[in-house]
Amino acid sequence: MTDKLFYLPRERFQFFLTCISNHCYQCIGPQLRDGAILYEAFTSVEALPKGYRDSQKPGEYRVKQNGDQRFFAWANGPQALKPLFFAPEEPMWRAHKNDEGFVVDGLLPETKSIAVIGARACDLAALKIQDKVFLQGDYIDPYYARRRESVFLVGVNCTHSASTCFCVSAGNGPRCDSGFDIVLTELDDGFVVQAGSEMGGIILSELNLGTAIEEQILLSNSATEYAATTQTRSLPEEDLRKTLFANLHHERWENVAERCLSCGNCTQVCPTCFCHTEAEVPALDGNSSVHMRQWASCFSEGHGYIHGMQTRPEITHRYRQWLTHKLGSWHDQFGTSGCVGCGRCMTWCPAAIDMVEEVNIICGGDRFWQSGEGAL
Amino acid sequence: MNPYLPYEAEIMERHQETDTVFTLHLRLTDPEMGRSYQFQPGQFNMLYLFGVGEVPISISSDPQEPHLLGHTIRSVGRVTEGMAKLAVGDRIGIRGPYGRGWPLKAAEGKDVIIVTGGLGCAPVVSVINYIMKRRDRYGKLTIIQGVKHPRDMIYREQYDAWAKIPDTRVFLSASSGEALWPWHVGSVIDLFSEVKFDSAVSVSMMCGPEGMMIAAIRLLLERGMPEHSIYMSMERNMQCAIGHCGHCQYGGKFICKNGPVFAYPDVKELLGIKGF
Ligand SMILES: Cc1cc2nc3c(=O)[nH]c(=O)nc-3n(C[C@H](O)[C@H](O)[C@H](O)COP(=O)(O)OP(=O)(O)OC[C@H]3O[C@@H](n4cnc5c(N)ncnc54)[C@H](O)[C@@H]3O)c2cc1C
Ligand code: SF4
Ligand code: SF4
Ligand code: FES
Repeated sequence: MTDKLFYLPRERFQFFLTCISNHCYQCIGPQLRDGAILYEAFTSVEALPKGYRDSQKPGEYRVKQNGDQRFFAWANGPQALKPLFFAPEEPMWRAHKNDEGFVVDGLLPETKSIAVIGARACDLAALKIQDKVFLQGDYIDPYYARRRESVFLVGVNCTHSASTCFCVSAGNGPRCDSGFDIVLTELDDGFVVQAGSEMGGIILSELNLGTAIEEQILLSNSATEYAATTQTRSLPEEDLRKTLFANLHHERWENVAERCLSCGNCTQVCPTCFCHTEAEVPALDGNSSVHMRQWASCFSEGHGYIHGMQTRPEITHRYRQWLTHKLGSWHDQFGTSGCVGCGRCMTWCPAAIDMVEEVNIICGGDRFWQSGEGAL
Repeated sequence: MNPYLPYEAEIMERHQETDTVFTLHLRLTDPEMGRSYQFQPGQFNMLYLFGVGEVPISISSDPQEPHLLGHTIRSVGRVTEGMAKLAVGDRIGIRGPYGRGWPLKAAEGKDVIIVTGGLGCAPVVSVINYIMKRRDRYGKLTIIQGVKHPRDMIYREQYDAWAKIPDTRVFLSASSGEALWPWHVGSVIDLFSEVKFDSAVSVSMMCGPEGMMIAAIRLLLERGMPEHSIYMSMERNMQCAIGHCGHCQYGGKFICKNGPVFAYPDVKELLGIKGF
């Protein structure tokens, strides 16, 4: 990352996209679909959610048009970068019968080089965590690795947090500190930009931008500072691994289980959850069979099933498994928390369970906890 | 290298052990793969049945004969019932070996106490066979095994034979007896009072239902066995066997890669707490 800050006027944003495309990247960026902001392929700035704001709280997500020029003045949508690299469902290999037995062919995905425009700090942090899971253990996951190979990441420093965002407390945002090729901070009439990699530097040099002036830099800092200071939720500051496992019999687990539907939405929207199930899809003629995988959830019946035993028969067990893993045992496995503070598990929870509130109550013992909305 | 791809293997031998338990001896069809394959007792393979799916199965044969891989399988569900129908000459998929096996090097020169229960347990059979073949490297061998019903007992003749070997003691029990069952009727745990051991020079290895293992651990600890001398093989749902799918998690451990064999101190934090 270089310290040099440039200024990209808003009217040159299309040129910025074109420069990226000229390096053979397909641009993927935020777009409004069915009332939510999702990441999809695009070529024109017209596709971006110009003027939209989001409002989020546990169990609720709304977008509304504000009428201004801003592309990125919302916090995050249901989907992170995860589905781009860790596919929700994909074939892994195919077995074909031959005279004696069978042969197996790996089915690696066909991929394009992609450029993600507008990745948030929380999602970049989550991507680093997924890299640890799939690329940095004893075995490299070839499917994830293939999709992850040629990716150009344009980060956006958040200027608007949602009420559910708690990246400051999780230690990841709202400014992107690494993991991007270029990072932007959006102002009214343009963007303060900075390169984070050699390729990012090359693309910025092609844009021929002027350096950002002090006023623009101050404005961009105060905009992200605003996003940081307006966050209301925070995790307890202690060693959560220790405290959660010391509280495995806290009565709050039962309480939250009474509200939790065990639907697994939280795990589906979480940018770090990596569980998946494998399944076999034989061809009708019986001569071949495809081995598939798809996202799984620790809230499902099958996750903990073994013959003669259900490891987690009650919702209490499942919620506790999820939370103690995310914030606790994840540290044992990957040397980091499994939560980046994006807040999606709260927004997309149909029962409006406020995970941060639950953690605070479970860890706090009789300490008083007050959430942003005074939910208690 | 795609770590998910199974390799084809041929069934060279098939033995029916009980009504529902059978052993398949497999040979990898690719000679190169066959030559490079090595494993430790206690490790497992993912076995693939064409068109049906994959399951984790321990390797029950001797590591010095890695060209013929024994798998003792109980048919309980979709994949294992399908496998029960296979015959010599049929093909199956294998990937592995995975996980950490029994501490057989560390146990050399020591007395070994093997505890197993439930429906009989393949992972410990591999240890018993291993020690029997290298009897001079180990001290006294004590085998404590409990089954529900005598007919569930796999390798029954072998147990009878083992019991006759010097320095080897076998304690068997079945929860319900039958005619000609010469051993104890009751739980494995009852047998412990009869078992004498010197906790300072013994290592214990166990596998079976967790409740049984926990009870056995308690008795061993009460009788002075140090925590780090107790090893156990754990079981959870497994999809990938390589630490990616998340199904086998046990707190901070992945049973597929940090286990399935654990030293007791590594898992004691959560042992016996329902839901992990
Ligand atoms: C490390 C390890 C070693 C094992 N070694 C042996 C062995 O040597 N011999 C033997 O007979 N069995 C062994 N098992 C258990 C064996 O894997 C299961 O009996 C088998 O997976 C059941 O599959 P199924 O399709 O026949 O049953 P189903 O009940 O139809 O299975 C449905 C699903 O649950 C999973 N599942 C069911 N039971 C288990 C289980 N006990 N463990 C893990 N996943 C399960 C299956 O993989 C599948 O995804 C071992 C399990 C583990 C984890
Ligand atoms: S646990 Fe919730 S807040 Fe944390 S990363 Fe996952 S979805 Fe985001
Ligand atoms: S959690 Fe932080 S980085 Fe993520 S969208 Fe909210 S403010 Fe931005
Ligand atoms: S079996 Fe997939 S993580 Fe262990």
